[in-house]
Amino acid sequence: MKTTKFRRLSATDKTILSTGYLLLAVFVLLIVVPLCYVIIASFMDPTTLNNQGISLDISKWTLMGYQRVLSNNMIWVGFGNAILYSVSFTFVSVFVTVLAAYPMSKRDLVGKNLFNTLFIITMFFNGGLIPTYLVISNLNMLDTIWAIILPNAFNVWNMILARTYYQSIPDELREASAVDGASDVVHFFKILTPVCKPIIAVLALYQFVALWNSYFDAMIYLNDAMKQPLQLVLRSILIQNTPEAGMIADIQSRAEMAKLAELLKYSTIVVSSLPLLVMYPFFQKYFDKGIMVGSVKG
Amino acid sequence: MEEIVKKAKQATVPAKSGPSRSAAGKLRYIKTNWQLYVIFLLPALLLTIIFKYVPMGGVLLAFKDYSAIQGVLGSPWVGLKYFKRFLSSPDFMSYLLNTLKVSLYGLLWGFPVPVILALLLNRIRQKGIKKNIQLLIYAPNFISVIVLCGMVRIFLSPVGPLNQLMGTEYNFMTMPEAFRTIYIASGIWQGAGWASILYTAALANASQELTEAAVIDGANIFQQIKNVDLPAIKNIIVIQFILQAGNLMSIGFEKAYALQTDLNLPASEILPTYVYKMGLLNGDYGFSTAVGLFNSVINVILLLFVNKVVEKLNDGQGL
Repeated sequence: MKTTKFRRLSATDKTILSTGYLLLAVFVLLIVVPLCYVIIASFMDPTTLNNQGISLDISKWTLMGYQRVLSNNMIWVGFGNAILYSVSFTFVSVFVTVLAAYPMSKRDLVGKNLFNTLFIITMFFNGGLIPTYLVISNLNMLDTIWAIILPNAFNVWNMILARTYYQSIPDELREASAVDGASDVVHFFKILTPVCKPIIAVLALYQFVALWNSYFDAMIYLNDAMKQPLQLVLRSILIQNTPEAGMIADIQSRAEMAKLAELLKYSTIVVSSLPLLVMYPFFQKYFDKGIMVGSVKG
Repeated sequence: MEEIVKKAKQATVPAKSGPSRSAAGKLRYIKTNWQLYVIFLLPALLLTIIFKYVPMGGVLLAFKDYSAIQGVLGSPWVGLKYFKRFLSSPDFMSYLLNTLKVSLYGLLWGFPVPVILALLLNRIRQKGIKKNIQLLIYAPNFISVIVLCGMVRIFLSPVGPLNQLMGTEYNFMTMPEAFRTIYIASGIWQGAGWASILYTAALANASQELTEAAVIDGANIFQQIKNVDLPAIKNIIVIQFILQAGNLMSIGFEKAYALQTDLNLPASEILPTYVYKMGLLNGDYGFSTAVGLFNSVINVILLLFVNKVVEKLNDGQGL
């Protein structure tokens, strides 16, 4: 098959193909070059970085940026909080979502249309920022982990994905377990959940990445600096241009401080983004699967 | 034994479903299957009611002079005061247009890129190369908004790499006219590869034999793409376009806010960031809620409109 393809390439085809490959190569370069630039720049010393940008002379590279970033307490507090929030959110969210998807996958559920409407409306309309904030505040959830975990734990779109998956599983499975006297709860946890591991993994990955990378909820609901997740720590370094005090406090001159602050941005980006970037290729097949399940029901 | 079988039947064999089922039959179903409601649905329902529907009731704030002591219900009514104030303010048009332009141009520029990427990827026959390219172009999707915007700010700063490369000292982040380009280009950089997965998968499933046939018929690559590849993903393209068009007004807060500087506000202040500033930073709860409600209502209208268009085009079938 492969050989026939290439044997039949005409001159026009060759031109089209090479233009296409060139376009693709440009796109790939546009993605790879900035990422590589950040990585290399994170190894520079502040003055070189400021004067000439990056240098490929490996002998002059330093780990200064990393030493300062990694020895800073706030980065670790941020990492700790981000892990705590993301793991708890993922657990609660996936649990509530797949639970709700089970009855919604039953064709004969009494009240199904009502529940469906109730859920779907929330996808398109919401109370908005202040009304939601007041609810969280009245529940005394400000500055607690609950403000991050609970409000968006039930995800309607993910429920639809899980429901679609359940519906692809033959009814005979439930009939068989019912003959053995299994209640819905027993059936769900003992029989259905093991079969549905792939979709559960997909939803868990979606939710984990989404919470890990978000900052809005944490910004409005958490004031205590020690409760801030990583993204908020990054925000003050990268966006508000104020490095954590401990990172540069020992430097005397303002100019030196500014140069160092610039270097620290690069190292911070690498330190904070590396975990997800290194891990995602291993989970890629689950993400692919999730997108396919979603497109069926589209 | 008989009893168990009967139980099994109750649990699994649906009684008549739909409107034909009697009220007593429904009640019996709920009694037999109480677990479905109390254990499976209740948590989701509670979360939905507390965190989605109670706030929806809170949009009353848009018509009230909020006082923390009297609460939402006890505060005095002010009618359409906030809406009038917003609609008559000189900023109204500019914020509305900023919101619409960022998302509309974002859709027009950003939408074709993943499709093109998928068509190109589909032409690579060596599995290994294709897979590596895919891994590379998916990577930016896993970078957070903050890091993305941080990178943008570094690269575009007056002493940053882009200016070093061009030998200039432009401060792009302070130029209102550069904001939309920055926002949209960085969006494509981050999202286009990831968005191409859907099309790539559809192409991989669909076109092998047809392409073979087209090749034998002497079709060149353009003709193959036009007659084989594009028809294979046409439905997905249409659905994706409609979904995104329906969400024009629900553009996210996070990225716009992280790319704002005091000087680019004329182009970068969009309704969600304005709602945040008026509400949480200035404490003008009623006004902020009114602006947010205005935004949601436009969004719903847009969605219903798009859905109507789809029904027209798609033989009466909406989304």
